Amino acid sequence: MVQYVDARLDASFAALSDATRRGVLEQLGRGEASISELADRFHMTLTGMRKHVGVLEGAGLVATEKVGRVRTCRIGDRRLDEVTDWIERYHRLWDERFDALDGVLEELKQKEQADGHDAG
Amino acid sequence: MDTMQGETTPSEPKTKVERTSDREVTVTRTFDAPAHLVFEAWSNPELFRRWWVPRSIGMALTTCEMDVRTGGGYRLGFEGMDFFGRYLEVTPPSLIVWTNEEGGDDASVTTVTLTETDGRTVVVVTERYPSPEALEADGASEALPETFAQLDELLVELASAA
Repeated sequence: MVQYVDARLDASFAALSDATRRGVLEQLGRGEASISELADRFHMTLTGMRKHVGVLEGAGLVATEKVGRVRTCRIGDRRLDEVTDWIERYHRLWDERFDALDGVLEELKQKEQADGHDAG
Repeated sequence: MDTMQGETTPSEPKTKVERTSDREVTVTRTFDAPAHLVFEAWSNPELFRRWWVPRSIGMALTTCEMDVRTGGGYRLGFEGMDFFGRYLEVTPPSLIVWTNEEGGDDASVTTVTLTETDGRTVVVVTERYPSPEALEADGASEALPETFAQLDELLVELASAA
């Protein structure tokens, strides 16, 4: 029952569901590349590659920067950290869960005490 | 080194998470309530559904069926995804063990022990996975089970390349 995940991560996994996009990430893992270099490498049109990079960028997995006429792509570090650092999310899940449990227990304790007084 | 710290009390985290082996994660927290009440909050569906799903998840439980006894089953339904399994061992108010079978063959087993001392209860949740890969996959995503393996591979590659 621990597969719950931050909804924010959904976009990352949608982005990773496509073979080309995974290939682009692998490529960028080795170093920066321009959209046209990526298009060449994956035998795609510029427009097609722009779309893929757009999805990856939307998910925060890729960051791009336009210098002059060239848009350079690189791995987006922030989201990748979130995806890989699962134990932190795991901690957040349980911490939030247990904070809520604290509230429920407080109620149960009060109810039990009240019932105890009623009985006595 | 995997111990995380709580936000409100950095020196004394309320919830402690430790990776106790390559296929096991343990969560520990002390509650200011006797064990029988903690057990009730884990075993009564009406109470359970009030705390089990964090608000930040942004999903609501649509079904919450729990037959909390040894051999009983449970099913927690969200829109589009069910979590289900069996209770392998239930001993009120100190032990609940269940399987997480939504992932198919890679079912993990969750063990909850409740130990009461002076009216306070230490809760230890241990999640044991069939393999280190299953543990990583579970932490990595809620993607469909069949995508876990390839996703995991890719993330490991990316992490080492970045």
